[in-house]
Amino acid sequence: MFDWMVWTTPVAVFFTSIALMLAGMTVWEIKSPTILRKGFLPIATTRGDRLFIGLLGAAYINLAFVGLAGKFAAWFQLEQEPSVWISFAISMVVLVLVMRKG
Amino acid sequence: MSTTKPVNQKAWWLVLPVVICVAFSAVLPLMTVVNYSLQDIISPERRVFVGTEWFVAAMRDEELHGALWRQLTFSLAVLAVEIPLGIMLALSMPAKGWKASAVLVVVSLSLLIPWNVVGTIWQIYGRADIGLLGAMLQKMGFDYSYTGNATHAWITVLTMDVWHWTPLVALLCYAGLRSIPDAYYQAASIDGASRFAVFRYIQLPKMRGVLMIAVLLRFMDSFMIYTEPFVLTGGGPGNATTFLSEYLTQKAVGQFDVGPAAAFSLIYFLIILLLCFILYNWMQRVGTASKEGAGHE
Repeated sequence: MFDWMVWTTPVAVFFTSIALMLAGMTVWEIKSPTILRKGFLPIATTRGDRLFIGLLGAAYINLAFVGLAGKFAAWFQLEQEPSVWISFAISMVVLVLVMRKG
Repeated sequence: MSTTKPVNQKAWWLVLPVVICVAFSAVLPLMTVVNYSLQDIISPERRVFVGTEWFVAAMRDEELHGALWRQLTFSLAVLAVEIPLGIMLALSMPAKGWKASAVLVVVSLSLLIPWNVVGTIWQIYGRADIGLLGAMLQKMGFDYSYTGNATHAWITVLTMDVWHWTPLVALLCYAGLRSIPDAYYQAASIDGASRFAVFRYIQLPKMRGVLMIAVLLRFMDSFMIYTEPFVLTGGGPGNATTFLSEYLTQKAVGQFDVGPAAAFSLIYFLIILLLCFILYNWMQRVGTASKEGAGHE
């Protein structure tokens, strides 16, 4: 059905998780409304702000990682470039950190 | 919260048409771009999933880094010139009467000209043989050439943008200035406030909202500038005026390579998203800080 738009499974997984996140945040907001607070980020944020900052940060971490992966391989004398799953894991840790402590 | 009103949630359905429209015009196309950025598409039947390959290529592209720096410098220069100039223009515009209407029309004229025409106007205006500006500069002894000299080309593109868009900043500031009640000025004159004090403590804070819009609009628009430098210099000489969107078009769309183009576009989108977020928060913060400051005084 969607074949003509050449959709792929990883993209489907990606957007499904984004949609689930948004739905989850909505339910969370209804159950317990967010409070504006100040963590280690320079601005006071709500829960939604922190999710946005965390996701944007995650995107940048992944981009920086793929940009520097060649250099990493040279520095640490790896046989091949490190897997993007490493940056994915780092970015998810950052996301959680921003959500909890940001 | 013991007595809550029964709330009818049916009105949410009224939002549905908008949701559908936005989904078809913005969300789904963006999802498509993400999807393309991970594939090498030769034709709908012949396509290969390449993972992050296009992103790797884009992130390690030296020319892209160059275009990004040029773009940032250009956008900051645009803001540094257009915002103060726009404010000054707005402050010197007459407040009422036929003069106000006349000035408003004259000031907004350049905003009505299509981008490519602005490019053409400046292309001819700057020519050393038949252009008014170019020929005059030549007569005055400057060896001015926007096609041969990178600095000249750069300054010409910047001047063109200032010429085209400062009126927008001026009009926004003018609207902000007109919304200040006379009582503020009366109070200031009773206190014997100087012209600068009136500007600093009344006009500037009252213009904060419109200035924020002006900064965001000008930053976004100049960051995505394409048509005018394309018509004027075509990105040259060399790549002196090849800004981000120009580079994107040259490298990716011109070759109908949707994969790299999509990856580029997403990186571009992320940069703009981050810059706008920072700018917006910064201006919000400046606003709250000045409000708090006013409260203490």
